Amino acid sequence: MNALTGTGVLLRNFLRRDKWIILAWVVGITLLYYVQAPSVDNLYATQVEFDKAAAGMEKNAAFIAMAGPARALNTVGGQVAWQASAFGAVLAGLMSMFLIGRHTRVEEETGRDELVRSAAIGRQAPQTAALVVALVANAVVALAVTASLLSYGLATAGSVALGVALFLTGAVFTGIALVAAQLTDGARAMYGIAGAVIGVAYALRAVGDVGNGVLSWFSPIGWGQAMHAFSGERWWPALLLVAGAVVATIAGYVVFARRDIGSGVYAARPGPARAGSDLHSALGLAWKLQRGSLIGWGIGIFLFAMSYGSIGNSIGDLIGDSDAAREMFSTSGAGLIDGFYAAAVLMLALFVTAFAVSSALRPRGEEDAGRVEVLLATAIPRNRWLLGHMLITTLGVVLLVLLAGFGLGLGYALAVGDGARITELTLAALPYAAPVLVIAGIARLLFGVAPRWAGLAWLALGYCVVVMFFGELLKFPDWSLNLSPFTHLALVPAEGFELLPFVALLALAAALSAIGQIAFRRRDVH
Amino acid sequence: MSTIIDIAGLVKRFGTTTALDHLNLQVAEGEVHGFLGPNGAGKSTTIRVLLGLLRADAGTVRLFDGDPWGEAAELHRRLAYVPGDVNLWPGLSGGEVIDLLGRLRGGIDEKRRADLVDRFELDPTKKGRTYSKGNRQKVALVAALASDVDLLLLDEPTSGLDPIMESVFQDCINEFKQGGGTVLLSSHILAEVERLCDRVSIIRNGVAVESGTLSDLRHLTRTSIAADLAAPPTGLDRLAGVHNLVVEGSRALFEVDTDHLDPAVKALAGFGIRSLTSQPPTLEELFLRHYGDELEAEAGPEPVQ
Repeated sequence: MNALTGTGVLLRNFLRRDKWIILAWVVGITLLYYVQAPSVDNLYATQVEFDKAAAGMEKNAAFIAMAGPARALNTVGGQVAWQASAFGAVLAGLMSMFLIGRHTRVEEETGRDELVRSAAIGRQAPQTAALVVALVANAVVALAVTASLLSYGLATAGSVALGVALFLTGAVFTGIALVAAQLTDGARAMYGIAGAVIGVAYALRAVGDVGNGVLSWFSPIGWGQAMHAFSGERWWPALLLVAGAVVATIAGYVVFARRDIGSGVYAARPGPARAGSDLHSALGLAWKLQRGSLIGWGIGIFLFAMSYGSIGNSIGDLIGDSDAAREMFSTSGAGLIDGFYAAAVLMLALFVTAFAVSSALRPRGEEDAGRVEVLLATAIPRNRWLLGHMLITTLGVVLLVLLAGFGLGLGYALAVGDGARITELTLAALPYAAPVLVIAGIARLLFGVAPRWAGLAWLALGYCVVVMFFGELLKFPDWSLNLSPFTHLALVPAEGFELLPFVALLALAAALSAIGQIAFRRRDVH
Repeated sequence: MSTIIDIAGLVKRFGTTTALDHLNLQVAEGEVHGFLGPNGAGKSTTIRVLLGLLRADAGTVRLFDGDPWGEAAELHRRLAYVPGDVNLWPGLSGGEVIDLLGRLRGGIDEKRRADLVDRFELDPTKKGRTYSKGNRQKVALVAALASDVDLLLLDEPTSGLDPIMESVFQDCINEFKQGGGTVLLSSHILAEVERLCDRVSIIRNGVAVESGTLSDLRHLTRTSIAADLAAPPTGLDRLAGVHNLVVEGSRALFEVDTDHLDPAVKALAGFGIRSLTSQPPTLEELFLRHYGDELEAEAGPEPVQ
């Protein structure tokens, strides 16, 4: 028996358990790439029109910060690569992180891993099987993407380059997730670490792509995009990705060999023997439970906002001396920089929404883990327990939104040496609390009415992300744009603040939340 | 003496399955009431209805003469609950959980808390995710027992405890009872039930099938008799209430329904008793007889070979 004995058995078992999950990721990511092609094709009647639109996009710093370096944007392939590759890499990273976590740290935390290891299983078999599952999933995703693009009739080299970049970037994040899984003894913290690395990789390339490009070379997502799919492919950046994936994976194995099963590298410290004065109420407990995640999101969003804020100054350079572009943007009525910041605020609001959904689903997680029974057997009324979590979600959203605006302003101030816009940008972000709370309200409604389906609230976030990134670019019909609560807010600072949509969204959020609350009071708790 | 728990005709359905089917249960003030039944019989469901976590589909449920669904929070000030499977917050220490639950119940007896942590040999500084099953159980037990309440709802509270801790638990329950407290104890450990409980209810398939004091229930079952006699006995098989009779020469072994014990012993006396062992039914036998019926019923008629 060697360290890998049983890997095959585990691998078959994992694949059987994961097949629907992997299929969902494959379909989602492949669609992300594929739909760009026909949409772009249908959007422009003539090449002249296409060229003109592309020239505008090339100068749009907000788009570049979100998607990647602008190359060959007047071709269908170039558009596909530009619009899909950064998000595709992030999604592949998240898929890898969840697949690795699910079969390593989650299993250890729940103790199921022990049962498996008591069988004739080599020491490294479980994580090797998890590694293979994640790599297989990434490979399937990449093959599906390449095949779909080829089937649309795009050039072979570009389609293959996009697939290779996607697979290898996913492999790098797989390795990183494997390292993260060794560090902590809780799955939540592991996802926090791996997720932060993905976020940093995305932010580094955003700053790099808008600026002089150096920082993009510190990001695996940047390496993938440096392969220049559909715009004069070059293959050597793939070697960087391979090296990154190998190094990260080996690091994961090395760290694993030096720790005990069931614990992380950082040993669990003993806690206090008595509860502090903060643990006096349902609210105190909710705060204690959500504090760590709120701080993590706060730091992440603040840093992200700072990096976007610091880009603002480079926008002028990006536009360069092209009179045509200057003209185009000035006629749109808003200052270039304001337009960029309006888009940045909106994007940061979507990050805050991710916190909001995970925070609003926290009560569901508690119920699922069987920790609610004991609490509700005390003198806390049900309502108050749920309200405690709701209060943390709501205040957390307001705090994060302000932090996002403040970070943008501070980043700009540091880059330009002028702090005048800090207050303005901080206030510009505040109205976004309303649409974010609408999505959180949907999560709470589901929790009250159909707790088993509460996780579907993530789909609402997904929908808003799609509308935000592709809605205008691909000319979605108006009704579908209007389904996203974010569509209704004025784009401050590019546009003036409007009170009515803000108040209406707040009212909607309150109504959704209240219905969820009432439904929860009337249902069985398990 | 008033009735603390009064359940009549309780029905609880989950989708198409009926977990509780017209269940009746009464627990009087000051008694320790054993709640027995096989896995999945509906014991935990009953307790969850009592806690107002689940809503009854039919029947009446009264707790301290209040409505456990509508007045859950107020009623919970007077009770403490220990689940059979204690799930702790991974990041909170045991001590924090004990204080939190105590505070949420409306206060904790500091002296008793310290005493219980000591007696259960609990390390309150460990984090939730690092406790073993028995230790998680202890955290919930200390939290419940240190609270100043009138009723304990215990759902297999000692699962995972070692025998020493089991005996500490039994001492604690006896002390609680002497203080006038009421206990509903769901358990599979029959020795524990025999030692602690004044009355017992047996539940099966969501229905209470027996309820009474242990000696009441013993009357419903059989005593085992083994007798050495001066002469080979005859006619024992014609006695009412005698089962599984084996006669080997002058030795007789049989079981007798407890209410037919007297005529059976009189009949044995006619043959001259040299030695007599009589074994009262254990709770195990009581239990097995009830569950055995169920098993037979489920298995159906034996297949023909």
